[in-house]
Amino acid sequence: MSASNTTTITSIGAPNRRNTELALLLFAVAIPTYAFADAGLAKHGSVPAGLAEYGLGLGFLAGIAHLLVRKFAPYSDPLMLPIATLLNGLGLVLIWRLDQEPSITTPQLGGAMAPKQLIWSALGLALFAGVLVFLKDHRILQRYTYISMFLALLLLVSPIFFPARYGARIWITLPGIGSLQPGEFAKIIITVFFSGYLMVKRDALALASRRFMGLYLPRGRDLGPILVIWAMSMLILVFETDLGTSLLFFGLFVIMLYVATERTSWIVFGLVLSGAGAFVVGSTEPHVKVRVQDWLHPLALQNGGVTETAQSMYAFGSGGLFGSGLGQGYSRLIGGIAPKSDYILATVGEELGLAGLMAILLLYALLIERGIRTALAARDPFGKLLAIGLSGGFALQVFVVAGGVTGLIPLTGMTMPFLAQGGSSVIANWALVAILLRISDTARRPAPAPAPSPDAEATQVVRTQ
Amino acid sequence: MSELTLTVMRLGFLAVLWLFVIVAVQVIRSDLFGTRVTQRGARRADGGSRPPQQRQQQVQQQPRHQQPQGGGRQRRNAPTKLVVAEGSLAGTTVALQGQTITLGRAHDSTIVLDDDYASSRHARIYPDVDGQWIVEDLGSTNGTYLDRNRLTTPTPVPLGAPIRIGKTVIELRK
Repeated sequence: MSASNTTTITSIGAPNRRNTELALLLFAVAIPTYAFADAGLAKHGSVPAGLAEYGLGLGFLAGIAHLLVRKFAPYSDPLMLPIATLLNGLGLVLIWRLDQEPSITTPQLGGAMAPKQLIWSALGLALFAGVLVFLKDHRILQRYTYISMFLALLLLVSPIFFPARYGARIWITLPGIGSLQPGEFAKIIITVFFSGYLMVKRDALALASRRFMGLYLPRGRDLGPILVIWAMSMLILVFETDLGTSLLFFGLFVIMLYVATERTSWIVFGLVLSGAGAFVVGSTEPHVKVRVQDWLHPLALQNGGVTETAQSMYAFGSGGLFGSGLGQGYSRLIGGIAPKSDYILATVGEELGLAGLMAILLLYALLIERGIRTALAARDPFGKLLAIGLSGGFALQVFVVAGGVTGLIPLTGMTMPFLAQGGSSVIANWALVAILLRISDTARRPAPAPAPSPDAEATQVVRTQ
Repeated sequence: MSELTLTVMRLGFLAVLWLFVIVAVQVIRSDLFGTRVTQRGARRADGGSRPPQQRQQQVQQQPRHQQPQGGGRQRRNAPTKLVVAEGSLAGTTVALQGQTITLGRAHDSTIVLDDDYASSRHARIYPDVDGQWIVEDLGSTNGTYLDRNRLTTPTPVPLGAPIRIGKTVIELRK
């Protein structure tokens, strides 16, 4: 824009977009219902018996969520709820479709998962409602900065005392009730801590530094926190043997540090530290070492068969551009319950093809984009950091899972948010969406009429002398 | 179930999935253009020295045809823009699209006057039911002048007549 060509900006009265949300939500309920009918027709030759119940149930839950948003967060972003509903609905259909494979739905493997997942989704929406109703302002969370640090540490450390399942200690097993993946909840809680902490310390971290070879080197004492978090994530990697959780927490911290301080050097430090740590642990810890070997040599034979990574690559390959159609793929061959949890994207890739997989990934991208947009629009630094941390953590999780399944990085024990089977994940991610909606409601709310005071200086009176 | 039906349903599903993505992107797109930006003329050479304050919103000139609302018919001599002719904001233009324009030192005014002789809420300019633009003084300290006359009642504004507020002069132009 040329110097002599400035602009005057007037804002058009911002609509609250609730009707847009309702229309998109109807669409988002119709698509999984269609998918359910499609999968049933392909699998059994008839429309599945529970079709009407499923469609109405999903519509009912989404409708309640929409009414609550209308009441408690009227100016929030119109896209987050429909996208989350669509992903959750599609996840339910995919799990139901995999339940129809007898070889992976044996009682030893836990039987049919879809009804349980539906209950978890309903619980997730209940938590969503609870957050919307009881969290009137996200800045309240700022008061609990250090409490949330202790809570997150407790949640992160607790799985060490429980037996490992599927090779990783990321589960808390409660006898009689079931098991819980505390890392999913810790992800949200530790973001609250990082936001509160960095909001206070950002200036010290950004400004008190020396310039060395184009990088800003922070003072030694300011390096403390990042080293502590790094050490913690390494301890998680060693004791819980879970690459995903460790990567998520360290990555989240580096993202938020970068956003808070605008210093590229933090990203360089973060990459160097995590790369070094992952290399050392990956070459010593047996469980992680196996994952790295699978990643480097997916076609190597194990127990007389190829690895799961290779099976998922076959699934993507046989899906091709447009996929085999829902219910007509062979992702059951991956074995165990993996196709319902870790490898659910392989089913998407095989049955919906590259076109469907890209659409699903774009839906995740749109959800993350809305989160980052919320961070841009938020007026308070705590809300900005919290929104960027939550959407950044979500993005990292999607990257880690999708990268692991497609063979870009070693596979980790994380779940695809909303899509994959797993109660903790779906509940925690609904809470995450609720917090993002709360921040975006505050950010998009039109500014209240200013108090008369800002222009308090008295108007000068023209004197005619 | 015939092979054809399944193929149609399979491709149809991909189509609706993508349709959802495209609709969602359209919603985001309409969200980007939340502000209307009016180009300021190159009347003052130092016009660009003012820091751009609200540049994070998408800069987009809406090429919408302006029509005064209410009257329904396009008047032949209807003004299409309001121009600040003198004063510290000289060169600012605001498109007249049937909205009320408030003038004053208050931060939420349409035109925020940086003028010691203006009141917080000094005057407003709005279209009446026929689309005729009316200027009304809002009880200001130093008064609003149309040509040389101090306003006491809401008065229609002829095209090109100077509205004087403190050191600022505003005109309606085609």
